Amino acid sequence: MKVSELMELIGATNLNPEANLDTEITCGYSCDLLSWVLAHGKAGMAWCTVQTHVNVIAVSVLMEMACVILVEGVEPEPASLKKAIDEEMPILATNKTAYEVCVLMGQAGVLPPAE
Amino acid sequence: MESTILKNTYEINAGEFQTAGDVSANIKRKLKQIGIGGTVLRRIAVASYEAELNLIIHSHGGKLTLEMTPSSIILTSADVGPGIPDLSKAMQEGYSTASEEARDLGFGAGMGLPNMKRNADGFSIESEVGKGTTIQMRFDVKDA
Repeated sequence: MKVSELMELIGATNLNPEANLDTEITCGYSCDLLSWVLAHGKAGMAWCTVQTHVNVIAVSVLMEMACVILVEGVEPEPASLKKAIDEEMPILATNKTAYEVCVLMGQAGVLPPAE
Repeated sequence: MESTILKNTYEINAGEFQTAGDVSANIKRKLKQIGIGGTVLRRIAVASYEAELNLIIHSHGGKLTLEMTPSSIILTSADVGPGIPDLSKAMQEGYSTASEEARDLGFGAGMGLPNMKRNADGFSIESEVGKGTTIQMRFDVKDA
């Protein structure tokens, strides 16, 4: 599934006009502890979080993720959005919970990260 | 001793959460340019980010040094204090002394040092309270 297809699936808005929405999603994940994400993140991951600060973008870029999904209506800090634009990382925003997003991703065949 | 073909040192200041990850992104970009890729590049990126974060969260400031020899990449983190009183505790997953500020940002899960060790092919840590901590990580590279 491409990031653009995921947007449609979960009814999210893309906040980053510079993002590449053709990236293929390899797995789905939800976690708000960044050190934990660093231990378990994968390339191509679609990551749900309520963290909005700039380190979220740093982690997603380092892990070569497909996109960050900000859930439950949280908004990125201006510095985060700027960094996401610089790094071309898609930021999807939705009012759904991480649980709802993960259910939808799972039903559509997106798998959890493989160890 | 193998000859060093690349050496870069980056200063990292305590408490600078806004720029956390910039040094690691820089290191990753540099290594990519010289042909390092795949799993080893990701392992180096994660380990350098953890080291960078540890310097920001825990140290009084320090340096991250990237060195490359024909067979390996060495990352060294050296700070000027405060030092770690109990290294075996610090190496345990889940043990953290991170500040409230760091925890609010989603750090302080106690995964930093174990994550560095797991991602590196060689790992050593030395620390003295009142002096500082030095961590060295080696990553083996083939055909680089």
